[in-house]
Amino acid sequence: MNKPLSAPIEARDWLRRRSRWSPFEIAFWLAALLPFILFPTYLPLANQIAIAALFAISVDLILGYAGIVTLGHAMFFGLGAYFAGIISVRGWGEPISGLLMAGAFAGVIGYVVSFLITRVQHLALIMVTLGLGFLTYELANALHWLTGGTDGLRGISTWPVLGQFRFDMWGYTAYGYALGVLFLCFLLSRRLVNSSFGLALRGIRENVKRMPAIGADHKAHLRLVYAISAAIAGLAGGLMAQTTNTVALDSLSFERSADVVVMLILGGTGRLYGAIVGTIIFLVARDQLAGINPQYWYFGIGLLLMGVVLFMPKGILGFLAQIVDRRR
Amino acid sequence: MISQIAIVLFDGFAFGMLLFLLSVGLSVTLGMMNFINLAHGAFGMFGGYVAVTVMRQLGLPFLAALPLAFIAMALLSIVIERTLFRRLYKAGELNQVLFTIGLVFVAAAVATFTFGTVQQVIILPSWLRGSVEIAGVRFGVYRSFIIVVALLVTALLVFGLERTRLGAQIRAAVDNQRMAQGLGLDVEKVFAITFALGSGLAGLGGALAVEVVGLSPSFGFQMLVYVLIVVSVGGLASITGSFAGAALLGIGDVAGKYFWPEIGSFLIYLLLVAILLVRPLGLFGKR
Amino acid sequence: MAGGDIVLAAEGLRKSFGKLEVTRDVALALPRGARHALIGPNGAGKTTLINLLTGQIKPDAGRITLEGEDITAQPPAQRVRRGLSRTFQINTLFPDLVPIEAVALAVLERERHAGQFWKPLAAHGAAIEESFAILSRLGLADVATRTTRTLPYGQQRLLEIALALAGRPRVLLLDEPAAGVPKDESAALFAVISGLPAEISVLFIEHDMDIVFTFATRIIVLVGGGVLLEGDPETVRSDQRVREVYLGHGHG
Repeated sequence: MNKPLSAPIEARDWLRRRSRWSPFEIAFWLAALLPFILFPTYLPLANQIAIAALFAISVDLILGYAGIVTLGHAMFFGLGAYFAGIISVRGWGEPISGLLMAGAFAGVIGYVVSFLITRVQHLALIMVTLGLGFLTYELANALHWLTGGTDGLRGISTWPVLGQFRFDMWGYTAYGYALGVLFLCFLLSRRLVNSSFGLALRGIRENVKRMPAIGADHKAHLRLVYAISAAIAGLAGGLMAQTTNTVALDSLSFERSADVVVMLILGGTGRLYGAIVGTIIFLVARDQLAGINPQYWYFGIGLLLMGVVLFMPKGILGFLAQIVDRRR
Repeated sequence: MISQIAIVLFDGFAFGMLLFLLSVGLSVTLGMMNFINLAHGAFGMFGGYVAVTVMRQLGLPFLAALPLAFIAMALLSIVIERTLFRRLYKAGELNQVLFTIGLVFVAAAVATFTFGTVQQVIILPSWLRGSVEIAGVRFGVYRSFIIVVALLVTALLVFGLERTRLGAQIRAAVDNQRMAQGLGLDVEKVFAITFALGSGLAGLGGALAVEVVGLSPSFGFQMLVYVLIVVSVGGLASITGSFAGAALLGIGDVAGKYFWPEIGSFLIYLLLVAILLVRPLGLFGKR
Repeated sequence: MAGGDIVLAAEGLRKSFGKLEVTRDVALALPRGARHALIGPNGAGKTTLINLLTGQIKPDAGRITLEGEDITAQPPAQRVRRGLSRTFQINTLFPDLVPIEAVALAVLERERHAGQFWKPLAAHGAAIEESFAILSRLGLADVATRTTRTLPYGQQRLLEIALALAGRPRVLLLDEPAAGVPKDESAALFAVISGLPAEISVLFIEHDMDIVFTFATRIIVLVGGGVLLEGDPETVRSDQRVREVYLGHGHG
């Protein structure tokens, strides 16, 4: 139960407290370092998880916070991946600058696309995101002289990070690099969602009808967050290109777009951590189960999806948060 | 050249008629209840497997398998609607999308388990095989059959909507649900019946599709995109819209694959996005 | 037009939905500090008129001016920033936000600071102070940090008004502020309406005649989309046509 406020100072404190770092968060990020020490054979998987988690965060910003349902966001992941891959093939393999350029590229395309996205809602919005995703896929397939088509991009080689850390066979550098980028982007996203802009996004999600009535240009807000989200997705794609030296059409696939939404719903939307937790659960489960039998994977994930939507619509983190709230 | 165009138009229209049967149910139920059911393609898959099974295990003729596919799917849909979908009407788009996608996954896994991943084959009765030659062009008999069935169904639907009491109830529920309820209409029952009819049609479409498109556990996914395009481009709760959208997509798809195989799909998606940007409610959508 | 300077004016407003004419040649002139009431039977087009004034619906004909500026073509958000705010008949709030967040958002949008995604929300001291002040004036300070969906209906109604006030409006359009508020909770509402700053021009739709005759200095009667009568409360109360159409027999 909240104590009533008696002064604006207390209001500010209350707001400040909501965005403070909890000990769980600090423990979580420290735990992210464990693969280096405890599970070095799993470093490549950890790398994949970090990349996917970054992608999931980018989608959480628009899906969880602004309420834009998208089934085509892999478009930006792929655009970033191909950009980073292609400039590396053409001779510029410096990771950080390449990554930033890939992110910027995806962000610019995202900003242009955002004008289309904000014109539609509901089913039309879902279909436009779906259609744009497929469009980009077909385009990449058609431009096989640039992208390698169904064979994928060949000849990517990434120079050492900061000139020092060469990408080793075990994946130490890869995971370290990916984790670093993930953490930085997480910090930026955290800042964003705890800002007035984040509040505006939540307002849009909560009641878009009220937004113009308080003088808000909500479409401008949506365009901005969509562009930022596209840039971050592009960074994730670029990371994949640089750390695995492979880029193929699957980086743009509908499966990737759908998987990330599933990860988000598993962990819980609108929490940032939900994106990360959902990714971990999904990828670890897939790694373990799909190896046994792909049928079981589809059955299991299908059942899990249905179960989560019916019984834990706020995802695992949301469910846990409810339990904690009830205990108070 | 003309004969090529004629064949493409014919094959495309036949494919479009299949898509119409697979999509019209979704268009009407989406328009009525705003419930996004992405498992609708999987309903088609179920119909296909039912048809294959009754023909193979029970030795029934093809013409008997078709109505059975319809009935089986209609009945199953009532069960699904009662037990599962009903809880999600207020759940929001994202949840509906994800739940029904989960259902497709489960359906695909069950199909794989039961039938394996191999393509199912249907033995058509002899009078449906082969082709007919008109003005130097060979038109497939089976595809003609599909077109006839679909046109019959369309006529029945239009007649039913305009002339029967149930049809009037459906139209009322689509137009203004709250008012219809206020006037004493049992909207839930109307929706259940509409849903069953629509799902049954999907089952019928799936059964008819086995010969043309093939049937495997991934049918639900493959057809999903087509169905969604038909519904969103055609417009919700519109039989005309579904018909037009399906015909357009069917012809466009076949023509694209035939004349411009490299960029055929690309053009379709481009058109999809363009149409939706100009008319977000679809070509014949009202709300 | 008599009276002080006119803040909100409309002339020749017309709107039809298909064959149904919902707004018939309506004219309006709200002076500064006005307390005008808009009454009429259900379906008279009162909310439609508000929607035309705020820009949610485009009129088929007519002109709307705010402080002399023609706003007929302006989108709703722009009119709000120019000083025209409204409340909704059905609560249109942010269910998962808390009041201090909701009002602060409205303040920040007014100041065009909402897009600053690099600055923590808590750092917007002035906006938070102003939001708290608004909530206090409306008696909502105690529940400033309670989730909106958990608030009792009466307080939600007050929050509706708080959101509109956060825009520092010069004109306030209240759409049935007392709708659904039980009699024992309406005292707070009365206090708020009487406590509205004198320089704000208020037009409110109301069915509750207690509120209308307590606060309104001028009443507009809307019937079938057109203005039947406009005048001071006594004139309206005793007009025969108004009695027949709206107040019913044996009222007043």
